Amino acid sequence: MVHEWALAEAIAEYLDNMAREKGTRVIEKVEIRLGMLQGIDRDVLDYALKEILKERGFTVHNIVYRNVELLLRCRRCGYQWSVSMDEVDEAVREAIHFVPETVYSFFKCPRCGSRDFEIVSGRGVEIGEITWGE
Amino acid sequence: MERSRGESDPRLFIIPYRLASVKRIIAVMSSKGGVGKTVVATLAALNLASKGFKTGLLDLDFTNPSTHLVLGVNPLDYVPEEEKGILPPVIHGVKYLSIAMYSGDKPLPLRGEGVDNAFREILAITRWGDLDYLLIDTPPGMGDEHLNLLTYLGDRVEIVLVSTPSKLALKSVERLIELLRDGGYKILGLIGNMDDKGLIEKYCVERRIDYLGSIPYDPEFENVLGDLESIRQTIIWNKLDEIVDKLVEISRG
Repeated sequence: MVHEWALAEAIAEYLDNMAREKGTRVIEKVEIRLGMLQGIDRDVLDYALKEILKERGFTVHNIVYRNVELLLRCRRCGYQWSVSMDEVDEAVREAIHFVPETVYSFFKCPRCGSRDFEIVSGRGVEIGEITWGE
Repeated sequence: MERSRGESDPRLFIIPYRLASVKRIIAVMSSKGGVGKTVVATLAALNLASKGFKTGLLDLDFTNPSTHLVLGVNPLDYVPEEEKGILPPVIHGVKYLSIAMYSGDKPLPLRGEGVDNAFREILAITRWGDLDYLLIDTPPGMGDEHLNLLTYLGDRVEIVLVSTPSKLALKSVERLIELLRDGGYKILGLIGNMDDKGLIEKYCVERRIDYLGSIPYDPEFENVLGDLESIRQTIIWNKLDEIVDKLVEISRG
């Protein structure tokens, strides 16, 4: 089982904490945002998350996944660009998949060559809006 | 791990569980660079493993990881296996993890936010399993890596300080001691490096810091870096062997 499982456990742990505060283990809807940089396998994450939440006694009606496009902005020259991860070398993609910050080893601003750029959007896994049930 | 109200990064919620089966977490720190943190952290991990303890080593110096140079391995040959997270490979009996397993020896410049994310990601996905000791090599400075470690794992981590007898290094360690004492963090003591005149022991008495021992300057050590068999023949290894015994004793006491 790939490392998406570890991220699913982190999401479940977070929801567990929230559930104790809310006093319910019913989730009507939870949105998971998937940054395109990390290249998370949505199906694997979905499978892991559903398994773990079921084990923990949650009833989850709807998990919505939303891809977030990658946008990078150079802090030195202001250039903004995106990268299609499908076109990136597999070994590099793999490194970024595990630790997205290794992107700073592999990507440079296409205009000025600086590695001091900002990941404006599309880094990794984030939890969006959660609608709790009764 | 205490979380401030409103903290919503799921990775922070899983980190304590990832380290739940680690009995002791020891971070080797010094604000000054070049005082021997990496050598101390790496050799202490190897030494603990050679004494039969289940030991891990985490290189927290994301922008300049170098523990692999002491271990004598190409980190790209040791990409961790995946099993519901990542499993640190075992090198010379030590479970080892470094960002260099992914970034190799390429430059990895990181601003604070990047350090925070790398810290959270690595600690959230790494499955250390049962360990007696997890040694952490930290970068120089007093910045994001250290604050992350103290803020998110401060109730678990024990700190070993390293300094040379240089006035510059000692001033630097003094500031670090103040920071750690103010925050109520556990300082195990100070190790002197290149301390041929025993100045660090005197310093420890003056500052009321536990003295863990000193390592002399060994001009030949550079030549044996990465060669574990030769490292074991050095005076540095022998001195660290005594220091590690002391650290183990502290834990028993």
